[in-house]
Amino acid sequence: MTNWLHHIPILIVAVPLISAPICVLFTFGANRKAAWLWTLLVSWFAFLCSIYLLNYVLENGQISYHLGSWKPPLGIEYRIDVINAFVLLLVSGISAIAVPFGRLVVDREIEPDRQILFYTTYLLCLTGLLGVTITGDAFNIFVFLEISSLSSYVLIAMGVRSDRRALTAAYNYLILGTIGATFFVIGLGFLYMVTGTLNIMDLSDRVTHLADNKAVHAGYAFIIIGLALKMALFPMHVWLPNSYTYAPSLISIFLAATATKVSIYVLLRFLFTVFGVSFDFIPLTLIFIFLPLAIIAIFFGSIGAIFQTNIKRLFAYSSVAQIGYIAIGIALSNTIGLTAAILHIFNHALIKGALFMAAGCLVYRVGKLTTDSIRGLGKEMPWTFSALVLAGLSLIGIPTTVGFISKWYLILGIMENGWWPLIPLIVMGSLLAVVYMWKIIEAAYFFQAPQDRVPVKEVPLELLIPLWILIGCNFYFGIQADITIGISNEAATSLLDHSP
Amino acid sequence: MNTEIIIALALITPLIGAIGIFLSANTPNLRETITLLSAAVLFTFVCFLLHQTSNGQNASFRLFEVIPNLMIAFDIEPLGMLFAAIASGLWIINSLYSIGYMRGNQEENQTRFYICFAIAISSSMGIAFAGNMFTLFIFYEILTLSTYPLVTHKGTPEAKAGGRRYLGLLIGTSIGFQLIAIIWTWFLTGTLDFTPGGILSGKIEPTILPFLLALYMFGIGKAALMPFHSWLPAAMVAPTPVSALLHAVAVVKAGAFTVLKVVVYIFGIEFLSSTGASTWLIWAASFTLLASSLIALSKDNLKARLAYSTVSQLSYIVLAAALATKLSILGAGLHIVTHALGKITLFMCAGAIYVATHKTEISDMDGLGRVMPFTFIAFAIGAFSIIGLPPFAGIWSKWYMALGAANLELFMVIAVYMISSLLNVGYLMPVVARAFFKPLPQQLQASGSKSLSEAPLLCVIPLCITALGCFVLFFFANEVIDLLRPIVN
Amino acid sequence: MLAAILDHYNYWLIIFLMMIGLYIVVSRGNLIKKIVGLNIFQTSVFLLYITIGKVNYGTAPILTGQPETFSNPLPHVLILTAIVVGIATTALGLALVVRIRESYGTIEDEEIAVSEQFQAESEVNQISS
Repeated sequence: MTNWLHHIPILIVAVPLISAPICVLFTFGANRKAAWLWTLLVSWFAFLCSIYLLNYVLENGQISYHLGSWKPPLGIEYRIDVINAFVLLLVSGISAIAVPFGRLVVDREIEPDRQILFYTTYLLCLTGLLGVTITGDAFNIFVFLEISSLSSYVLIAMGVRSDRRALTAAYNYLILGTIGATFFVIGLGFLYMVTGTLNIMDLSDRVTHLADNKAVHAGYAFIIIGLALKMALFPMHVWLPNSYTYAPSLISIFLAATATKVSIYVLLRFLFTVFGVSFDFIPLTLIFIFLPLAIIAIFFGSIGAIFQTNIKRLFAYSSVAQIGYIAIGIALSNTIGLTAAILHIFNHALIKGALFMAAGCLVYRVGKLTTDSIRGLGKEMPWTFSALVLAGLSLIGIPTTVGFISKWYLILGIMENGWWPLIPLIVMGSLLAVVYMWKIIEAAYFFQAPQDRVPVKEVPLELLIPLWILIGCNFYFGIQADITIGISNEAATSLLDHSP
Repeated sequence: MNTEIIIALALITPLIGAIGIFLSANTPNLRETITLLSAAVLFTFVCFLLHQTSNGQNASFRLFEVIPNLMIAFDIEPLGMLFAAIASGLWIINSLYSIGYMRGNQEENQTRFYICFAIAISSSMGIAFAGNMFTLFIFYEILTLSTYPLVTHKGTPEAKAGGRRYLGLLIGTSIGFQLIAIIWTWFLTGTLDFTPGGILSGKIEPTILPFLLALYMFGIGKAALMPFHSWLPAAMVAPTPVSALLHAVAVVKAGAFTVLKVVVYIFGIEFLSSTGASTWLIWAASFTLLASSLIALSKDNLKARLAYSTVSQLSYIVLAAALATKLSILGAGLHIVTHALGKITLFMCAGAIYVATHKTEISDMDGLGRVMPFTFIAFAIGAFSIIGLPPFAGIWSKWYMALGAANLELFMVIAVYMISSLLNVGYLMPVVARAFFKPLPQQLQASGSKSLSEAPLLCVIPLCITALGCFVLFFFANEVIDLLRPIVN
Repeated sequence: MLAAILDHYNYWLIIFLMMIGLYIVVSRGNLIKKIVGLNIFQTSVFLLYITIGKVNYGTAPILTGQPETFSNPLPHVLILTAIVVGIATTALGLALVVRIRESYGTIEDEEIAVSEQFQAESEVNQISS
């Protein structure tokens, strides 16, 4: 093993970080294509690194990388176990597939002179998300969270063809996101007051004896609320629908698939690694706060989605609902439930990535995204719409898709806890998904196109290939689910075992 | 040749056919040839497997693990083989009929029609060969989805509304109840394999057993137990070949077949009858049986009447399964075959009448028997078989099911069978009677009966074949019973 | 009781600032004022960190060889980072406000909402007509 492989944990963050300012240099010469290619290379590099890391972690157990060789808890530690290796893979994987898709849609949606800066900001966002996931230092999480958030505000504000509503969406996201992040920092401050450490492992050790400490309670509450805001758990989801709706397509794909997922990962870290179910306030929050909110989120999101006429907005509302499913899995706090949550983090990223990609294809060809404007397009854009249908089936949870696997485990986890009344609620939630997906499908296939519309062509292969790769993943991991289940299960076990 | 490979081939053949159909979209003759060819090849494979099974050979074919310890697995066993044989055999006949019907009506999107048809058949094979409940569920859902474009084929608002109801009820019940039941079973037992004697025995409290059974029975929406039956009449907006093969044979029989599979291999007959968990089901099925027969009486649209008749005939099978005796299970298995032959005949007749005269209402069919003798004789034969008159096959399955009820001394159930047979007479015979014994209406006579004639040859021959089948099966019913016997022993 | 309150006067101050900040964010419809509120809110957190690092009679943590009480430098360093983040957020927020003003002609919440409503309706009409 060569020496530099040891440094992959830092490289996976540092390379995107450094490549961002380098990307700015492409403005000399205004080489948009080079900027895109650069972003692509960096994404693929991160993807390869994360594959390596996941493999390594699965075989050899967790990695602890000390930045600048300063020993933790004084120095910053990057700590990689199965769960964050898995999330790393998810983030970089989605980026690796979304960026190839991005070139044409970015060309279409962003003014030429801003595209290079767009890619720069994108790289920063990627850095932030990867950093949050990989680091083992709580304050570091905050810093990276803000890097990713700030850059995503910028990216969202660019909007599809400078749609002005993107600006207000980004502004609202900025206000709420900052409040969330600040809450998180306040919470960290409280924890630091009583423990004197910011390293997650160290924090976890020291907090064990402080179960009755008021400062710990307060810190915990602040952290949970801050993260719930970032992960858009109902009723703290208000920033999400507009942001996903008006953001440029590439950003909708990337953020919908990864941003909230990374926050959920941090939440899992704090709930289970730092505190753990043995603290009696953890099960209390999970059962009395998370569970009800999750159920409301499922219904609010799904019913909200049914009433949307804008397709991206519909998907955004559906995301709110899907986060509810993940939150239920977390609230179950047994191995199967956590497995379901982690599985759904991954699976939902695949589903929503594919759906937003299909929406991106529609923006590329049609521009407007209302259910009226796609009337009769099913025949004119067969590949895009069949992908949309398949991803929709996956969202509903038809067998052989990833959505089915998540649901299977979620219900199994509920049975394990004996919370039977939840089962009909989950089922109703997925039936609502049938309703809103079918709204799109009927519009595309059963309504006649308006007479005056010019014929629409299928999108170019450059867009279709990434889309169909994601669809393929939706089915591959739905049929060969033992891979993802194995990883999620291991991650869930390690999260629960680690509870002191 | 290796049996496992044949199983795989039987599953793949219709899919290869679908690809062939897709590629030959521009040359209709080639496209239809491919459909027929793949139907014939499939039937050959199934016959080979049937032969293996009747020799008592078993084979299983495992694809891969989806969830740890949960495989996509295929097995051959008598009940499944019977279903596979009937579905694939009737596919050949129905394909011939489709060609006549679709061309006769100049329907659009014929390529999509044939592709979806082939996928539906493939998923029926998947259901037939499924080695565990999980695999069965997967193919069950694929069958629902692949038939949706067929139901909404016409693209009209009615078709859309029918499709909505079709999909809503089938997906709703399957995800809402069946999936829960499956996960529950998996949670309790850690296996979903179809095991002779059942897997639930001793793993579940007898008091909640009826509840699990209810989740399964209502979850198998394709068996059309009331109140989840209305998708079947709604599906009648589809072109008639679809109604004939899918909504009289493949889809609904997939439901009945799943019911039998669940009762025999998941619950186990003995476990079920010893706990009495299925008592409520006897009454639920009896109610559906009688209620839908009565509704059928009130329908003037021929296809709607046949659809309600199907609902009631499916309940025969559910009722027999609920009785959970050896004889009734055998009768239920046989009924899958006899009803399939009878009902497909009736549907194809309805389609032939539509192609020839564009009539859908029974009250408009006065005197048509004279201009379309073959069609209506076939219709009469199909009707006789369904009513259960000798010498047609339908009597045997009713016989066995009634014997099962008699063994349990449930005379109410026998009475239900009797009354419903009378109702069958009541709603099927008027069609025949009108056609043969009433004169043609005046205006039709005036325009001359020359404009009216039999439907195209490709429409008429298939229905004659199946009508003949009803007759032939009367003499071979025992073979079928012998084939099925291992599943209850 | 009073002593307990006075001993922790820094916390009370921080809570006071924090609430003022949050209240402004929630209650004001003017986008600039919201950002001002956000700033106050963040500043209160900076103060929280700075005060928890301070040790009574402690000096700057410079090693002079003599036994001395030091203040904890770590929270101060951390908050430097947080201040940078805060400045970036404010700058970005203000930039967004400028752009919003350019395209909507207003920076009042409600007027923007009306304008967006109008835009959404006209889009729907455009398609159906």
